Amino acid sequence: MLLAVLFLTAPLLAQQSQDDSAADSSSYMPPLSPPAEVRAYDTPDDAGGSITVEWEPSADDTGTEGRVTGYEIFRSESRDSGFESLMCVPGGTITCIDNSALSRVQYYYRVRAFSADAASAGALAGPAMASQQWFNRARVNLMVIACILVFAIVYYIVQSARGKDLYIRKISGLEAVDEAVGRATEMGRPVLFVPGIQDMDNVQTVAGITILANIAKRTATYETALDVPVSRSIVMSTGRETVKQAYLESGRPDLYNDDIVHYITDEQFGYVAAVDGIMVRQKPAACFYLGAFFAESLILAETGNSIGAIQVAGTAMPTQLPFFVAACDYTLIGEELFAASAYLSGDRMMLGSLKGQDAGKAIAMLFILVGVGLATLAAISGSEALTTLSEWMRYMFRVN
Amino acid sequence: MKRSIPLLITFLVGVALILAMFIPHWPFNVLNERFSIFYDIIAVFAFILGGGNLLKVHMRKVQRKGGDWKYSLVTIIGFFLMLGAGLMKIGVPEGLSGDYQATGSLFKYLYDSAFQPLQATMFSLLAFFVASASYRAFRAKTREATILLVAAFIILLRPTPLGYYLTFWLPEPLQFLHIPNLSTWILSVPNMAGQRAIMIGIALGIVSTSLRLILGIERSYLGSEGKG
Repeated sequence: MLLAVLFLTAPLLAQQSQDDSAADSSSYMPPLSPPAEVRAYDTPDDAGGSITVEWEPSADDTGTEGRVTGYEIFRSESRDSGFESLMCVPGGTITCIDNSALSRVQYYYRVRAFSADAASAGALAGPAMASQQWFNRARVNLMVIACILVFAIVYYIVQSARGKDLYIRKISGLEAVDEAVGRATEMGRPVLFVPGIQDMDNVQTVAGITILANIAKRTATYETALDVPVSRSIVMSTGRETVKQAYLESGRPDLYNDDIVHYITDEQFGYVAAVDGIMVRQKPAACFYLGAFFAESLILAETGNSIGAIQVAGTAMPTQLPFFVAACDYTLIGEELFAASAYLSGDRMMLGSLKGQDAGKAIAMLFILVGVGLATLAAISGSEALTTLSEWMRYMFRVN
Repeated sequence: MKRSIPLLITFLVGVALILAMFIPHWPFNVLNERFSIFYDIIAVFAFILGGGNLLKVHMRKVQRKGGDWKYSLVTIIGFFLMLGAGLMKIGVPEGLSGDYQATGSLFKYLYDSAFQPLQATMFSLLAFFVASASYRAFRAKTREATILLVAAFIILLRPTPLGYYLTFWLPEPLQFLHIPNLSTWILSVPNMAGQRAIMIGIALGIVSTSLRLILGIERSYLGSEGKG
């Protein structure tokens, strides 16, 4: 009788057991080794809301031949219950970052290894709490370098302001500005100034506009027409103020009108088409391209070349520099664009900043030489101390 | 006062953004994003100024029948045609509630059929200009130009079968002269060194310019170089 009851109820009990198993969050069998030394901690140097979980790989996670296909990470605010699956990462991974954590809330984590048909027990870590930091230690090197550069620049600005004579090397592209404006004056043709196609939030455009101030002073003095087509509305407003003030300072406010700086379009090639049209129709004797340029650089410079204009270009876009070098008479390469305004103004404090810039370059050269020397010596001698020193230098100049 | 307040704002914003580079804590962590939003808001108003200026300049030209006024007329017609097509949502299947760029709309038709081909035409001019500029740059008049010409020739040969077959037979000790190897070396050693030197100079220039702006030494962008 008992046997008959057991026989009849066995399938029902088996069914219930399967249901219980399905209700469990785990659908894996657990013969795999769990990951070891799991630890969870606040992700350093961030704005909070992030916890890093690290672990040693499971003993069954042995590369492509290992059984482990991945790790599943669970999270709970309680140590003993309420764990919910957070994410899965592929086998071989030993760390993950939980970016959904709330700051100042304690969390516990469980990490388990799984394969196609099995799962390990979960290894517990925590509590860990996300918090905001007041200093990003990963950028200490950047801060040190920035401090050295700022100190060098400010030092030379102060020295220059105190009246110390500073030698500034001649920049032929900037020496040619007077020549170009003079040529336009003699020929009775306008000067064209293109401040690039980026907005005022780009430092190259700012540099271009500051040079425009100097060029506008010369065109006002020589009574030469100036044309500044721009591709951004804010550049137009800033350019107008700059040119207006330059004409005022040159004692020729009567020559200024708002149409000197005029807006064309934000569209790159629409702008190029319009500027090319202006070049071909008005035939300016001098063309200045100073700012941020992209594919339009060569189209502008070649059109300027075809009309026989004297051309001065300057940009900090390394990919466009070869085009300007090939097509223009003078090219301000990278840093020279930023130096131009100070160079042309002749202002002592501005020139001091240029000297500081050169000091920064000397410091950079020194570190490059020392770094190359150390790396070479470390490779030749195999010395551990030299290798460590060389690696430290590499770390110092790493951008985070 | 007119210049002091902008200078003070420049100083405060500059210093705050530098601090934000090193402080991940609130509110520094959101400063960059917030200032970008402020900038976008200002840019929207300035855009109206730009559009207004475009119309003013070209309408005056048409009115006075100044030189090349017909081009100005085309500009004005194009401006209003695109603006009208977008604002009135002409041809949009859902009417005024639909997207102005929806398939079938006049705006999309004009954009795809006129604007894009015109842009592509301008861009394609680059191919011809590259040829003419290269011709001038690579003329072996000086020692530097000759080096440039040889280097460019080797790099241009690299992706071609000829580049491979010309030098593949070189013995092992001379394999560094095999054109693909030589080309890789030119790109990754002298070229890279030059680029890095330029990049370091640019970075220093940006630091220097930024300091001049933050400290108020550079003021010409404010409309004055005089003492504020």
